[in-house]
Amino acid sequence: MAFLAIQILNSLLYASVLFLIAAGLSLIFGVMRIINLAHGSLYAVGAYVTAWLVGRGIALGLPPGWLFLLLPLGALSVAFIGIVIEPLLLRPFYRRAEEYQLLVTFGLIQILEDSIRFIWGGTPLSADALMDALPIIHIGGLLYPAYNLVVIGIGVVAALALWVAIYHTKFGVLLRATSQDRRMASALGLNVGLVYVMAFGIGCFMAGLGGAIVVPTQAAVLGMGIDALVIAFVVVVIGGLGSLKGALVGALVVSFVRTAGIQFFPELELAVLYLIAALVLLVRPTGLFGTA
Amino acid sequence: MKPDPNAPRDRSLPRLAAAMAPVLLLLILLPTFVETYQIQLVTYGLIAAIAALGFNLLLGYTGLLSFGHSAYFGLGAYTVAFVVQRLGPHSMEFYILIGIPVVAIASALFGYVCVRHTRIFFGILTLAISQVVYSLALKLYWVTGGSDGLRVPRPALLLGLLNFSGPRGFQQFITSYYYYVLAIFVVCVVLMWVVVHSPFGKALQAIRDNEVRARFLGLRIRRFRWISFLVSGTFTGLAGILWVPLNGLTTPDVLYWTFSGEIVFSALLGGFRNFTGPIVGGIVFTYLKTYAVATTEYWQLLLGVVLVTLVLVLPTGIVGGLSTLGLRLRKGRS
Repeated sequence: MAFLAIQILNSLLYASVLFLIAAGLSLIFGVMRIINLAHGSLYAVGAYVTAWLVGRGIALGLPPGWLFLLLPLGALSVAFIGIVIEPLLLRPFYRRAEEYQLLVTFGLIQILEDSIRFIWGGTPLSADALMDALPIIHIGGLLYPAYNLVVIGIGVVAALALWVAIYHTKFGVLLRATSQDRRMASALGLNVGLVYVMAFGIGCFMAGLGGAIVVPTQAAVLGMGIDALVIAFVVVVIGGLGSLKGALVGALVVSFVRTAGIQFFPELELAVLYLIAALVLLVRPTGLFGTA
Repeated sequence: MKPDPNAPRDRSLPRLAAAMAPVLLLLILLPTFVETYQIQLVTYGLIAAIAALGFNLLLGYTGLLSFGHSAYFGLGAYTVAFVVQRLGPHSMEFYILIGIPVVAIASALFGYVCVRHTRIFFGILTLAISQVVYSLALKLYWVTGGSDGLRVPRPALLLGLLNFSGPRGFQQFITSYYYYVLAIFVVCVVLMWVVVHSPFGKALQAIRDNEVRARFLGLRIRRFRWISFLVSGTFTGLAGILWVPLNGLTTPDVLYWTFSGEIVFSALLGGFRNFTGPIVGGIVFTYLKTYAVATTEYWQLLLGVVLVTLVLVLPTGIVGGLSTLGLRLRKGRS
């Protein structure tokens, strides 16, 4: 029983990180109709910045409790990168075929991945001080780090906050209006450019937050962003591109299948995920909850 | 207006031959005045050109952006490796004979699934399927060698007529293999030229430009896309088959989605709106990557910057840009 509980908690932990990445990807697509291939790399940047900040913080002798304040800082730095990238690189491409948007973001992957290597080198960067700062709890005789519960909590809070922001605020109305009809929104006097920057910034913030909360549990390594992107793709394909509910359900499906896969069929675990994605695309090309 | 359907086709092949002759002559004479390393590089370039040429039948002529062409390249490479592993080393012709049906069947199967969608969904579907193949190659290590990959020894060419076992075997192999690949390359270019200028090719372009109108004309859109996918995947697979003896090793890297990205990059670099674009793109990309890797540890950064600038300032690629320039010069003169 305890073993099962741990497995479920692990799935939820993985699901919260996946949700953060996929929701950002989905939000950006929903509003801007751009598939941001560099999204996974932005998640990696979030992880690296956070791990680096935590390392600095420890060197400066910050008490462990204060280190938790560095998590949002890592996410904010990624949001800042997003706010710079959108007007600079993406804006010229909204009027052109989507192939070009894919290519620009593909180029961005290469730039970001090597920038990470340039700045932080090839050795993994860890921030497990945060994990050690919290106690280890007992679940039916098995040990489980309390930090993992914090990650699950952050995932839940982020999902709620995003839902409130999109469906219950004025900004959310503007966001949805732009998403539904960009030209009409613009004709009604909306500053579409600003909405785009904001949407991209929030999407990047989510990816950065995903990286920030994951890095205490596993060290930041090169290539983590590229791996994360394809899994995030699976999530949004299952759930539906541009749907918040879809990102949530997709993240849960993927994380539970993956946890079960690692237990029962480790060789086929990844292949099964992609097969599920391919099947969903065939039966319902817009995903379970998508409308696009 | 009703143009004679035969007239442009009759002229097209000789025109291709005339355009290719000087380049071909240069390529044939190349080994006499450059060193082995350069020949090897050009061979890699020609193989990349075949891959990009195949890819571009889908992107440039059918209007479908595949982000999973690494699957067919990798399947070609792994098929050769499996043949070596199970049936022992054979001549190159044997590998090609076994490999082409395998990649053709794989492209037909995957293509049948993928062409149900277009636009971004097509791209993601091709990506997902290529990732299935990748993760299988990575995880079923007792068959595929996992991330270590599989070794492929130097094959004999022309049914064993040419063998490369002596002390100078490597150099001889590189030179002979260069001519071998060059010959196949020429065949591929001619074949692809015939395909895109055939009524079938015209139908593909009609579908690309206006799907609804093409459907009203009675074209069976999905079947045309499927056949285009099949041909495209087979060309790229052939490139994989040719690549593996030169590289000597195949690893899951050639199945990963970033490798698909490199194929897309090549086609765009050259210009996917032109027939010769992907050929130029494949060769230039090979050089670009080799020299970027040689000059800096951060070659990806360099490639990324080149890609982004290229898409920003030269959207029609090298060949597209050159032909626009040529047109402008000609206009200026007259």
